[in-house]
Amino acid sequence: MRTRTAEVTMAVIMGLLSLYLMWKSAELPIGWTEGRGPGGGAWPFWLAGVMLICCLVTIVRWFGRKTPESRSEAEYMDTDARRINFVTVGSLLAFLVLTHFIGMYFAMMLFLFFYVRFVGRHSWLLTFVLALGVPIFLFFFFEALLKIILPKGYSEPLFYPLYRIIF
Amino acid sequence: MEIIDPLLQGFLIALAPQNLMLMMLGCVVGLFVGAMPGLGSVNGVAILLPVTFLVPPTGAIIFLAAVYYGAMYGGAISSIMLGIPGASTAVATVFDGRPLAMQGKADWALVAAAVGSFVGGTISVILFTLFAPPLADFALRFGPPEEFALMMLAFATFIGLGGDDIPKTIFSIAVGLVLAAVGLDEVSGKPRLIFFDLPGFFHGINFLVLAIGIYGIGEILWTLETSKGEVKVSQASFSVKRIIEACKQLKNSVVTIISSSVLGYFVGILPAAGATPASLMAYGVAKTMAKDPDSFGKGNIAGVAAPETANNAASTGSMLPMITLGIPGSPTTAILLGGMIIWGLRPGPLLFVNHPEFVWGLIGSLYIANFFTVIINIAFIPLFVSVLKLPFTILAPIIFVLCMVGGFAPTQDMHDVWLILIFGVVFYLLRKLNYPVAPAVLAIVLGPLAERSLRQTLIGEQGDLMVFVERPLSATILAMAVLLFALPLLKMRKKSKASESTPAD
Repeated sequence: MRTRTAEVTMAVIMGLLSLYLMWKSAELPIGWTEGRGPGGGAWPFWLAGVMLICCLVTIVRWFGRKTPESRSEAEYMDTDARRINFVTVGSLLAFLVLTHFIGMYFAMMLFLFFYVRFVGRHSWLLTFVLALGVPIFLFFFFEALLKIILPKGYSEPLFYPLYRIIF
Repeated sequence: MEIIDPLLQGFLIALAPQNLMLMMLGCVVGLFVGAMPGLGSVNGVAILLPVTFLVPPTGAIIFLAAVYYGAMYGGAISSIMLGIPGASTAVATVFDGRPLAMQGKADWALVAAAVGSFVGGTISVILFTLFAPPLADFALRFGPPEEFALMMLAFATFIGLGGDDIPKTIFSIAVGLVLAAVGLDEVSGKPRLIFFDLPGFFHGINFLVLAIGIYGIGEILWTLETSKGEVKVSQASFSVKRIIEACKQLKNSVVTIISSSVLGYFVGILPAAGATPASLMAYGVAKTMAKDPDSFGKGNIAGVAAPETANNAASTGSMLPMITLGIPGSPTTAILLGGMIIWGLRPGPLLFVNHPEFVWGLIGSLYIANFFTVIINIAFIPLFVSVLKLPFTILAPIIFVLCMVGGFAPTQDMHDVWLILIFGVVFYLLRKLNYPVAPAVLAIVLGPLAERSLRQTLIGEQGDLMVFVERPLSATILAMAVLLFALPLLKMRKKSKASESTPAD
């Protein structure tokens, strides 16, 4: 996609999003309520209106080729960038989906393993040090020190012996 | 004087063993964060904020302020050694730092940067100590209309001075404000903007979700994309003799350093300006004032000292409105301000009255952190230089993991972690099209305060908007905001007139 195409596509998408936000805000009163001032929806409604106007101005300026982006014929995202973004965002998505099943600690282990070894192409030793070291450090930091319990999913029973140590 | 006593108290608080440890740790982490290309103070503070729940607010702000400070020092290291700015605040340092490194004088440049940072930091902290109490005193007179006017002024600085595309800047501000409106409506108590009836939206969108999304995920995607090429680390050898020599060289730049400190401090106070424009301006001023402006860009030591002095001074300056008015002076202080709300403090002039130990502890720590950072910086430069050789593919996954865990910690809801990823990707795509992202972060922090002050004003005056112009203080502030708002519009008209008279290409 050319940057010029991306510019107008983004403005249209954001404009539609603004319309949706205006509609959603209008679920609460957007006018003046006697004795209580502006209704609860007024503030986000008018702000979403401002967003919409900004998108419309950007679209008008796009037709006039006013912004550097609207004149640029360069690729919005070149092949290399697309690849690294796809891999990174994809593995992060997998990380979050897996968190719901096997818990955050095991999900991050797999994520680090994949990223360090197959994206970074680092040695097996470094891969294992990071994939094991980071979750273990974070476990003691969050669960023992901060008393913040990260989601564990089906891996919860595996942590019972550890709980006995730290609590 | 009224300042001396609380300041001494502040020193005592900052020197308490726990706070001192936190400060040193913060300095080292900050230096590391600043030195890594692609990571700046704002990334460090956003990613580390959830970790500070461990300690009391005073310790937390001392730690994060030290990270902020250290990052300002550290930015120079990669600018000089790699020729890549470690953060946008160190862009101007590359202009002369890189040529000096190429000539084998990398150590001179590094010392100049450290000394400049130290002087800039110290002068600006002194200015801060002198200005903050009277300003906070003055701000106690502010009512809701003034508060609202101040926030408009903060947003107007982005439009007037930000230098980005104006519709896109306003869009970014509005997005931040709308996101801040998600959750329960404070006045009626009714749920508002609960998208797809997801229960996670009932507690609102925490500013950290947006900040970590933008500065943790989005920025790292950006860096992964742009840092494809191999980097070349310059060599630097150190000896006490060389350091003294470098300091002698700096003698000629005393005026430059002092003027950059003052300039940086005042530019730093403005919300949209901050450390990056301050350093660029200081570089420009140093060049125009110099006897030999032609030597700039070819390895003039004053060209390194000026921007580094200014960016440190600006980082202190940006804390002034944060502490006294509750308006952040930079994206990093916006996150600090949001942190204060999480820690249960109400930012604004009352901080000086209700939590003097917090304010003066912070101020005291700034003096001491400055001192520590310059020592750690000069002593461990070789170590930080070796950090630069660390491939980004090791750091990036660790940062991603920290973002996800850190995003979960404040609300303990996976819903927020998903939002972080979504915001990270969307704002990365927006940023690629030149939408500025900093205004959105500032807006989501200020959003609840802005809405509250506007509605309080309107309820109090039965919807009469004239109150904003009838009260002299709010009228003055609003007039300044309108002026800033009009500035780029006037410039645009001038430009379009000029381009009409010349035939288009």
